[in-house]
Amino acid sequence: MFSKNDVLETIAMVEKEHLDIRTITMGISLLPCIRDSAEETAQKVYDLVCKKAENIVKTAENLSGEYGIPIVNKRVSVTPVSLITANYPEKSPLVGKALDNAAKTLGIDFLGGYSALVHKSTAEYERIFIRTIPEVLATTDRLCASVNVGSTKSGINMEAVKLLGEVFKEAAKLTKDKDGIGAAKLVAFCNAVEDNPFMAGAFHGVGEADTVVNVGVSGPGVVKHALEQIPNADLTEVAEMIKRTAFKITRAGQLVAKEAAKRLNAQFGIVDLSLAPTPAMGDSVAQILEEMGIETVGGHGTTAALALLNDAVKKGGVMASSRVGGLSGAFIPVSEDIGMIKAAEKGAITLDKLEAMTCVCSVGLDMIAIPGDTPATTIAAMIADEAAIGMINNKTTAVRIIPAIGKKVGEEVSFGGLLGRAPIMPVHNCDSSRIINRGGNIPAPIHSFKN
Amino acid sequence: MRAVVTVTGKDKKGIIAKVSAFLSERGANIEDISQTILGEYFAMIMIVDISTINKELSLLASECKELGKQIGMSIYMQHEDVFNAMHNV
Repeated sequence: MFSKNDVLETIAMVEKEHLDIRTITMGISLLPCIRDSAEETAQKVYDLVCKKAENIVKTAENLSGEYGIPIVNKRVSVTPVSLITANYPEKSPLVGKALDNAAKTLGIDFLGGYSALVHKSTAEYERIFIRTIPEVLATTDRLCASVNVGSTKSGINMEAVKLLGEVFKEAAKLTKDKDGIGAAKLVAFCNAVEDNPFMAGAFHGVGEADTVVNVGVSGPGVVKHALEQIPNADLTEVAEMIKRTAFKITRAGQLVAKEAAKRLNAQFGIVDLSLAPTPAMGDSVAQILEEMGIETVGGHGTTAALALLNDAVKKGGVMASSRVGGLSGAFIPVSEDIGMIKAAEKGAITLDKLEAMTCVCSVGLDMIAIPGDTPATTIAAMIADEAAIGMINNKTTAVRIIPAIGKKVGEEVSFGGLLGRAPIMPVHNCDSSRIINRGGNIPAPIHSFKN
Repeated sequence: MRAVVTVTGKDKKGIIAKVSAFLSERGANIEDISQTILGEYFAMIMIVDISTINKELSLLASECKELGKQIGMSIYMQHEDVFNAMHNV
């Protein structure tokens, strides 16, 4: 049984510390939708997604009402579309459009899975598919795309890395009147996971059940508040406090995930333990690191603090949930975190420091705006660097970078809502085109041969 | 099914009366009440049985919130499972 303090603590977490379930994401297999023509397939895809997820918004609202914990986003992830349209890749945008329409019909905020998995090499149909991404992201509103360009098992597909550099730039160009939002809906991955509930990188892996419910919890504000209670504690105690807090947050997520899966006739997939910030004050991962004792995030000690945070969140969360998956760690998106935005405005945090931080936390260079005249090969080289970190460290890394067309360092891009705003950060000006134009593969590391 | 009703805010006359009347009108059975006053701050936690009520908990919860607005308090009604999950190993 719980005590009076437990009840008041939970309510304070929701009222003052932004405790919420960040997303309920339904993963849907599109494999049964493949037909002889793209037009028929697109129709089937629309019908299936609308039928399977028809109650997701209502169910999330009911659960939120019953448990008194906000559920911020309702989303859908689908089988990577490049697999569905392999027979007619140039017509993939028809399926993309159908998915976007389904998202609008359902009233969900994002739908992920306009994706391709090319970590070892790129098939011709995948090459064509990837080239459709910028146009599709420019002509849809809620669809998200991702491409897996490497893995620890297979190495890094440098042809795909080069192509992605161009695709990011093109996606930003085609949406430059909206600050390049196309690029904000695109992720390049290494070691992509098949059960990620978070956008923009969610897709429903082929190894998954037909229909699953994955839940992403959140609560950077709750962790920060807990640490504020022990300002002079040593770091062992800090780690313990984070673990205990992560446990509570995750238990709420587990409860919602299991109940949501039951009501939506889907399998309970996983709880993703990520600490996901929002641009709201007091909902920031950067401010947790600052509370731990770094004056401004990006300063020396940031990587150590983040390593502690990331690990403690996982340890607390794993104990709290029967099935953990997704990305599970701390997110450090620049535009979506008020502490990061402020540090970037001051020049306290740089791309190089962010890259170092991605070695010890989940994901990677996320929601970072760079000057619009950055060459595609330089963007590709950033992707290669991140993919290398993921490949060698056996973890997921990602790049979601926004070339701000027509803008320079000192200006900012602004998307509003959860995507926030980002000051444009400087990039190294030296030329990386030779290494990118070499192509080929970076071979898998020796420690991948475990069989 | 049991729910937890939490009432917090600045202390004033008649809070328990209004909240209890509201709950009994809807058929909820109050099983446990604990209440404290810290300075001017009022906090009450009730465990109520709502299994005989033919109305969705989420609707009841929003009615509670509405009552809270009317009487100038913060009122939550939540399924007890959320506290059991978060505060028990």
